[in-house]
Amino acid sequence: MRDWIKSGDPWVWLSAGGVSVSLVAVFGIILLIIVRGLGFFWPSDVMDAVVVENGSPSRLIGEITEEESIPAKLVDKTGSEAEDLDTLRKRYLVKVGNRDKFGFDFRWVPKDSIKETRYPNAVMVVERREWGNLYGYIKSVSVDGKVVAEGESAWTKLQELLPGIHALHDQIRNIERDEIGSINYKIERLRLKKRKLELANETDPEKFAELERQKEELNIQYKAFQDQLIGLYQEIGKDSFTVEIMDGQTVDIPLSKVVRAYRPNEMGVGSKIAFYAEKLWEFLTEDPREANTEGGIFPCIFGTVVMVLIMSVFVTPFGVIAALYLKEYAKQGFLTRLIRIAVNNLAGVPSIVYGVFGLGFFVYFIGGWIDEALFPEALPNPTFGSPGLLWASLTLALLTLPVVIVSTEEGLARIPSNIREGSLALGATKAETLWRTIIPMASPAMMTGLILAVARAAGEVAPLMLVGVVKLAPSLPIDGNYPFIHLERKFMHLGFHIYDVGFQSPNVDAVRPLVYATAFLLVVVIMILNLTSIAIRNHLREKYRAIES
Amino acid sequence: MENTTHMTSTVRLRTWRMTKDVLARYGVAIGGVGVIIALLLIFLYLFSVVIPLFRPAHISKGVSYPIPGPTGSQTLHLAMEEQHEIGSRFTDDGKITFFDTSNGHIVLEQVAPIPHGTRITSFATGSPSSGIFAYGLSDGSALIGQHFYTVTYPGDKRLITPHVSYPFGETPLSVTAHGALVHLAVQADEDSGTLAGVADSGSVEVVRIGRIRSFLSDEVRLDITHATAGDTHGPILELLVPPLQRSLYVAYRSGEVDFFDITEAGTPQKIQSVRVTAPDEELTAITLLTGGISLICGTSTGRIAQWFPVRSDKGIPELTFIRDFHAQNAPITGIKPEYGRKGFLTYDAEGVLGIYHATAHRVLLTQELSPAGITSMAVSPRADALLAHAGDAIQFRLVDNEHPDISWHTLWQKVWYEDYEKPAYVWQSSAATDDFEPKFSLVPITFGTLKAAFYAMLFAIPLSILGAIYTAHFMRPEMRQIVKPSIEIMEALPTVILGFLAGLWLAPYAEAHLTEIFLNIFLTFPVIFLVSYLWSLLPFDMRSRIPEGWEAALLVPIVIITGFIAHALAPGIEDVFFGGNIREWITHDLGITYDQRNCLIVGIAMGFAVIPTIFSITEDAIFGVPKHLTQGSLALGATPWQTLQKIVLLTASPGIFSAIMMGLGRAVGETMIVLMATGNTPIMDFNIFQGFRSLSANIAVEMPEAEVASTHFRILFLSGLVLFGLTFLFNTLAEVVRHRLRKKYSSL
Repeated sequence: MRDWIKSGDPWVWLSAGGVSVSLVAVFGIILLIIVRGLGFFWPSDVMDAVVVENGSPSRLIGEITEEESIPAKLVDKTGSEAEDLDTLRKRYLVKVGNRDKFGFDFRWVPKDSIKETRYPNAVMVVERREWGNLYGYIKSVSVDGKVVAEGESAWTKLQELLPGIHALHDQIRNIERDEIGSINYKIERLRLKKRKLELANETDPEKFAELERQKEELNIQYKAFQDQLIGLYQEIGKDSFTVEIMDGQTVDIPLSKVVRAYRPNEMGVGSKIAFYAEKLWEFLTEDPREANTEGGIFPCIFGTVVMVLIMSVFVTPFGVIAALYLKEYAKQGFLTRLIRIAVNNLAGVPSIVYGVFGLGFFVYFIGGWIDEALFPEALPNPTFGSPGLLWASLTLALLTLPVVIVSTEEGLARIPSNIREGSLALGATKAETLWRTIIPMASPAMMTGLILAVARAAGEVAPLMLVGVVKLAPSLPIDGNYPFIHLERKFMHLGFHIYDVGFQSPNVDAVRPLVYATAFLLVVVIMILNLTSIAIRNHLREKYRAIES
Repeated sequence: MENTTHMTSTVRLRTWRMTKDVLARYGVAIGGVGVIIALLLIFLYLFSVVIPLFRPAHISKGVSYPIPGPTGSQTLHLAMEEQHEIGSRFTDDGKITFFDTSNGHIVLEQVAPIPHGTRITSFATGSPSSGIFAYGLSDGSALIGQHFYTVTYPGDKRLITPHVSYPFGETPLSVTAHGALVHLAVQADEDSGTLAGVADSGSVEVVRIGRIRSFLSDEVRLDITHATAGDTHGPILELLVPPLQRSLYVAYRSGEVDFFDITEAGTPQKIQSVRVTAPDEELTAITLLTGGISLICGTSTGRIAQWFPVRSDKGIPELTFIRDFHAQNAPITGIKPEYGRKGFLTYDAEGVLGIYHATAHRVLLTQELSPAGITSMAVSPRADALLAHAGDAIQFRLVDNEHPDISWHTLWQKVWYEDYEKPAYVWQSSAATDDFEPKFSLVPITFGTLKAAFYAMLFAIPLSILGAIYTAHFMRPEMRQIVKPSIEIMEALPTVILGFLAGLWLAPYAEAHLTEIFLNIFLTFPVIFLVSYLWSLLPFDMRSRIPEGWEAALLVPIVIITGFIAHALAPGIEDVFFGGNIREWITHDLGITYDQRNCLIVGIAMGFAVIPTIFSITEDAIFGVPKHLTQGSLALGATPWQTLQKIVLLTASPGIFSAIMMGLGRAVGETMIVLMATGNTPIMDFNIFQGFRSLSANIAVEMPEAEVASTHFRILFLSGLVLFGLTFLFNTLAEVVRHRLRKKYSSL
């Protein structure tokens, strides 16, 4: 034993342990996110059981979402027949839905109080636009207040009616959001134009009259859409169906409130996979519903992508030029040391400090100045003087600058010097050498830098909270209204969505799966970006090695 | 001919090429230096936002004009309204003169309804923002009035109109039957008013006026309570009733202050009698600070002292000396509190104006206004202008005093706040009430930052450095190729995800399975130790199946199994040692508060965020140790471990140091994990089971609510600057050390 300790072997093993623990942690975290994130869309079976609590039986319809073992006395002090309070007991978190009727979505149920569990095929899950899911059995379908189908045929009738309802719903949303939104936007622009004329002391009544005329025209259009909407709402409000829920009451639900209705117990693996794909697609392409707790995350994806693109436009040239200077032009000396220290510090400055700087300098200082110079008609409402897309992008460009510099520099360093010398020997100027040979060769390295910068920016949240991200943006930063790209708008962001939904939402149990799914998406995007950059870098290394030899 | 054109075009082309070359050179150089400019810009901008916090106050030259209103009468009181456009002067003949502050033109003149045959013998004002005032009359009665202002915009121009009303009626209320009121104090709000007066005879009288509205009609009836609080025992300087109307201070010129409880107006209780001046000093001025808790006392030596009631051991409030200022030399003749802040202005017998802030313990300005001395003074409600009655003139001056409430002392030292039992470090930036005393101590949040960094490093340093040592020195290259990027990719994992997992998954899990977490922490390494010993006992041919350098792979299942063992053992152990519930055991038996989102969680989560940083740099440093050194050592017969200890670690130690610095920099600045995995309460306690608030999280939480350019806003910038400074220090240190190391390696 003493010899063994003296040999140093145990210490080697101990250090190996450090690696193992780190590896287990890394893969554990990723696995946790994958499992939780991907499980969200799977239609799990719905049970219909009898629960005996406090001696009285009651009916429970819902999905088991979680289980855990805890000491019996914490489960339920008046527990059914648990005498030994120190033993562990299993309990389930059951999603019972019907929040509008019961006031809660989730319930903890001790395992041994659940009796007579059945999984009947007829049990139905209704995803609603308000109040979350509903579980129960369909009773009848009515059109215009008259019952048209009952029992099993009600289910087929429901499935028949739903596509039409969805088409109507899409139409309504299209009018409300796009058409009327566009008209409102134009009216607001007219108001600003008028204010601008007033500020310029314009006296020509003709110009004001012209604006009034345009406004009148828009109002007429608006009226037409309003009338159309009234008709559509009447149309969509006609159909409804009734459902028997777990406490035996019958609930009447208008079809217009239904996103989809399905019977998970009846589905085979094939249809479950199809359902899963549909839900995943909805998650990626739809707007969020019910204060971000349901529906999709499309605006977040869109906002993140647009912000990252605009950021790239700023950070790439700046980063590449700085790297070119460091590697190709500057004499290695005091100045380059200083620049390197600056680069390292920029990389090390906490991201929240960038946020503070961005808010103070970009938003209030530059933005306030732009507002006074270019948008005086909108004051006191800020245009660029409040957090928005442009400032968020600029702040993150500054934040990711070191990533691009370091990566590009590394790429430049790997280019064999005989290529530069060859080009110079043939009479090219330094600028030409750079432009024609070095930059094309280093472009994959720049690409790597940019990809890493994008990955960093996509996951960064703290500074964005200060310079332009909001929990719910009314409109996307790019839309069909002139000038199409709205740099001053606030936007939604994947990372912030995770923070906001996970921590600011009143119903944590209900939103947790959604947050896991969002986190999973973010992790996937960032991992793919990082792995791509690693692959490009490795490829480059091989290539240059080939040139050099 | 053709040749020359060809020649000129070649020359032109060459010139153009050279021009481009030069342009590119300068363009690129600007880009390169731009990086330094960017960093400097961040620093300088933050600095420029913070600097106004520490600037002293300034007053403008201002204007001076003859006293408006009656010339033969004495000025009792001066006041100004919100926009400091209109000033008011109260004189002892009962006249109230409102005038334009910029030129002294009279706007409105009113006469108080003083009954015939009586004279004004004393005057008092309520809390400055209420506009309440009262005249004490020669027949022992008092008249309560109120001045207020309405703002209208005729023709888009602001017009401020002054008004005077008498909220308790135009008939004076009787305070005493023992002669004229020689001293008076007043306070009134919507429902009630309090008058305290000293009669000629020396008795102290308290009158509470309740306003009772009848339910059926709009009639208001006054309910009046009279009481005598005792007799005076010397010349009185001032009577003071705080806005809450629950206490009464009787201040004597000798420096004595009697402190009465008048919560029950019918039965005033004397609580304490205390001397607020030094033995050789006289009390020359006294006033209540806004909020009515603190007394500011000016003495004959020019000293100013702050006193407020502090609850004693017996639970009785006792007037206690808090702090004093020694900026003036002549007897203080008047003190004027600011309306919304704990600041005040003083003037002394030599006509010197002093601007102070109590909480910040800061003298912002001392300046001579008039050698003739100052008779009366008014501060505008926003504290941005003052009126001074000096000699035969009124001076109107603008005051630039944006941020008096911040000093080095308030930020980094213990401060005795009102209603606190002793000086403390407190961060509390806002509250519901207007006269709230903001508490801007950066100590608790800096402490939180360092506490989080400490626990994170406690977790990250052993794991990452051990791991780096093994990966760089012992591990097989094939395995290293996989392991290194795997751990490094953790660095790319967004911290918002780590924070979310920590807050919503780990925190509740750890609360329910605390024993398991600790078992895991304390069990893993002994188990590894044990496994390695058992391994050494195995026969050689079995051991040689797994070559050296793959131990880590072998240990992965062991670590996972240990996790399961801990999971299985935890309930039993909890039962035996902690009575089945460790969480309760900690709160009850150890008496330690347990928050669900605590430092343990942050330590683990932030540890994970920091591990890749430290791991990667340490690994590079160790891997970069020149191979001939290690090979030489091994050739001389040292074991791999000895080589590592004596050669590799020594050579790479600067690199490891710089790795730890970088990790520390990251831990200090991390925002999302801290924000999501702690309760964000700014408390100072090293307890691992309690939360904290860090500088970065504090910025994230409060910045969106801070009003632009306010003190709060600038302090958040200051905390950003502190973060910037801390990380700059760590990063520059790391960079310098690393640069040295690189030089050393290249010379080896």
